[in-house]
Amino acid sequence: MGKITSNVKNEFKLKYLINYCLVLVLLLVGMVMMFTGGLKMSFARLLTQIGFSIILAVSLNLVVGFLGELSLGHAGFMCIGAYIGGFCANALSNYIGSKFLVLLITMIIGGVIASVFGFVIGLPSLRLKGDYLAIVTLAFGEIVRNIFKNQKAFGGAMGLSTGPIQYDTRNNMSLYIITFVIALIMLFVTQNLIRSKHGRAITAIRDNEIAAKAMGINVTFYKLLAFIVAAFFAGVAGVIYAHYTTPVSYTFFSYNYSIEILVMVVLGGMGNITGSIIAATLISCVNFFLQSRLSGDLAALRYLIYALVLIFIIIFGNAPALRPFKEKYGISALSEKIKKLFKKKKPFDPAAVKEDEGSWDRIPTKIDMDAILSTDINPEISGEQENADKKND
Amino acid sequence: MITLIDGLSLGSIYALIALGYTMVYGIAKMLNFAHGDIIMVGAYAIYVAMSFANPNPVIALISSIIVCTLLGVFVEKFAYKPLRGASPLAVLITAIGVSYFLQSVAQIVFGSQPKPVSGWKLPKIEFLNQFGITTGAVVTLIAGILIMVALTLFINITRTGSAMLAVSEDKGAAKLMGINVNKIITITFAIGSALASFASMFYLLQIPNAEPTLGAMPGIKAFTAAVIGGIGSIPGAMLGGMVLGVIEKICLSIEVISPYTTAIEFSLLILILLVKPTGFLGRTTKEKV
Amino acid sequence: MSDNNIMLKTENLGISFGGLKAAHDVNIEIRKNQLYGLIGPNGAGKTTVFNILTGVYTPLTGRFYLDGEDLTGQRQEIINRKGIARTFQNIRLFNNMSVIRNVLVGLHNSAEYKCTPFESMFRLPRHFDSENRMRDRAKELLRIFGLEEERNLLACNLSYGNQRKLEIARALATNPKLLLLDEPAAGMNPQETAELMKTIKFIKNELNMTILLIEHDMKLVAGICEELTVLNFGEVLAQGKTSDVLNNPDVITAYLGQDED
Repeated sequence: MGKITSNVKNEFKLKYLINYCLVLVLLLVGMVMMFTGGLKMSFARLLTQIGFSIILAVSLNLVVGFLGELSLGHAGFMCIGAYIGGFCANALSNYIGSKFLVLLITMIIGGVIASVFGFVIGLPSLRLKGDYLAIVTLAFGEIVRNIFKNQKAFGGAMGLSTGPIQYDTRNNMSLYIITFVIALIMLFVTQNLIRSKHGRAITAIRDNEIAAKAMGINVTFYKLLAFIVAAFFAGVAGVIYAHYTTPVSYTFFSYNYSIEILVMVVLGGMGNITGSIIAATLISCVNFFLQSRLSGDLAALRYLIYALVLIFIIIFGNAPALRPFKEKYGISALSEKIKKLFKKKKPFDPAAVKEDEGSWDRIPTKIDMDAILSTDINPEISGEQENADKKND
Repeated sequence: MITLIDGLSLGSIYALIALGYTMVYGIAKMLNFAHGDIIMVGAYAIYVAMSFANPNPVIALISSIIVCTLLGVFVEKFAYKPLRGASPLAVLITAIGVSYFLQSVAQIVFGSQPKPVSGWKLPKIEFLNQFGITTGAVVTLIAGILIMVALTLFINITRTGSAMLAVSEDKGAAKLMGINVNKIITITFAIGSALASFASMFYLLQIPNAEPTLGAMPGIKAFTAAVIGGIGSIPGAMLGGMVLGVIEKICLSIEVISPYTTAIEFSLLILILLVKPTGFLGRTTKEKV
Repeated sequence: MSDNNIMLKTENLGISFGGLKAAHDVNIEIRKNQLYGLIGPNGAGKTTVFNILTGVYTPLTGRFYLDGEDLTGQRQEIINRKGIARTFQNIRLFNNMSVIRNVLVGLHNSAEYKCTPFESMFRLPRHFDSENRMRDRAKELLRIFGLEEERNLLACNLSYGNQRKLEIARALATNPKLLLLDEPAAGMNPQETAELMKTIKFIKNELNMTILLIEHDMKLVAGICEELTVLNFGEVLAQGKTSDVLNNPDVITAYLGQDED
């Protein structure tokens, strides 16, 4: 066999391309409607909401799906972005006439400050994992809310008024276009990161942290990197939110919202970016239509649906008892069948198979059974092997 | 002094909730995120029982215990049991789902407005009231301590208790010793949930309103308490709960920092997790290579 | 540390857990390009020694030197970069990643494939360059182990024997000076073991690798190891040429006497 040379550049990667297409389609739908004059105010707002939901869901997926750590504080990062971005935009709009420029500058400010907090919250992830880290991120979200609530400069309990920088005037519907462009940039950055050696390092940590360390992967660096990138984009989404609605209220960023983002990630499939985009779109639409139709206490019906989605997807995807059933009738089995249909038409070419293929329908386990079933039970540490708490790093 | 007593009585509520977390965590090795919401359901059970004609607090409490216990067992059976052996992340997300589910059902059934629980009061004791100490605070404190002692005895003396200890130590080995692990975990959930109903009783003594989100915040704070004390340890949960309760009341009594009470409590949690992840009384564990 | 011919030297390595001495005064000297065996009954502290050498544990006493450089107490990833790679007793692959990606993770730190996250995020030229070269190298490595055809499978879908091989390939990808193999033949049938012996010899001879291996399979040990150290209760029981050690009466009673193999 001759020397096989790879060429990453020429490899056609449908899996990644399709995500750009999805976002572009959403963007085009809005633009077509705008030019034909059919774009209603409410629909433009829905599109914006879809846009920042996509940003939030994909960035959270980076932490939950690829790094394998549960973060319940994503709304907290968004909160920081919204408050800081809104505050700066209010101040800047006195000096800079162009709203677009203000948005751009504040996005960077909001994103960077959020990513600083991403770094701070990433630090505990070096020592803690699983349930503990989830609680820390949740606590972080509540701390952020609690602090902004009590800052007079940020509007206190009333919330930060961002009236002057709102985009929702009748003749200016461009916020959703900007949002989708940002979503595209975010996709570009995130996907490239995941496809690169750095992405492999991140997924390696998720799959087996001990082995990743033994392979010389700087676990500290990559955990922080994932948290920082995710926080940056959550912050950017927050800045968009500040331009989208007024006042920016701390009540919006409760951990219920973090969980809503988590539902998007879980519904779309952990580690599946296409899924996140579709789920974010779907959930934003459901929110949008239910919000206007369900009044008062029935609004909770929405959360009831989310809760059930969360429970059923996880149980279906992870229950050991359901595995044989899934292998027969599950999505992956279905896609296998579809692939077989296609393969009959095309001759099999091993070089054409995508190398980054991986099935993500099962959440990878950090504490896996082999730690428990290990054959060599050393008397010196046999009692202490169960838990995942690490010896000092 | 009043702050201290208030803090301790609030602390014993936290401690009761924290006990539920600690037991489930110690034995099933999972964070039962929905524990706080079981307390909420217990509060509604009391509310419903007290809104009948001729309300009887004792019947209300008993019905609340029954409802909570059944709910706990039910949740365990349908949501957590299928995931035994799955990744901790999956279990945690499911628990969050259950918590969400209970909250939204409560909101749909009872509405988001707080429901005042009438007649849920204790007689005043003049002697204590002179010092500004409420009867509820004292009763909560004493009952809390009694329950903890009873629980400790239960675990250390009865056969079921030692089976629980065995399961928490090593599930596989416990199974080999003929212990029905699933049954023990179910019992753990039942006890934890029954404790939750006591917590809802004491909670209503202090704040006599039942609302859908009642359990969420105390639940998280109680988890904080459990972590502070060292998760998996019963005295740790007691200690952690008391410490957290006192800190909360002290923070609230100082005007400058009272708005930041939540932030302070959670910062404490993060700090402790960073410095000593096992809490005050927890044991160190190590992953085997 | 003047002897240039020594790859690994440990001096009085020792560690204890809760009063129990898991390893005590372990002195091992491995020459360059040597195949060295570490044997002993279950619980003798073999894996503990590996864990010390790879930085999982910090030894309480003693030091160890790789190629003259003191690596005692360094972090795991640093030690790996300095040139000690290992496999695990209970296979630890990245199960949800494809075979080739497993190897690519091993190549992560090689200086020749350097590329910052920033360059990757924005797909700058160096990203493509290093990615392409990494893939070529990974395929080469997989070819050595006959895993080239399986490169797009998920690691968890490989057969047990192939998983062991992949773990060795991944360890080799980190470009080590010293390769630690923790029971590579565990769970293999005789045919697979014979194949593995060939592979290990190939790595040693063709890739010029120094190898330290833990093994229970006496056939394999006697067949390929040049020198041995026998551990028992954390202490060195015997040391020296394979044939001498295996005929040592102490070793026979402590080890072979219990473990009929």
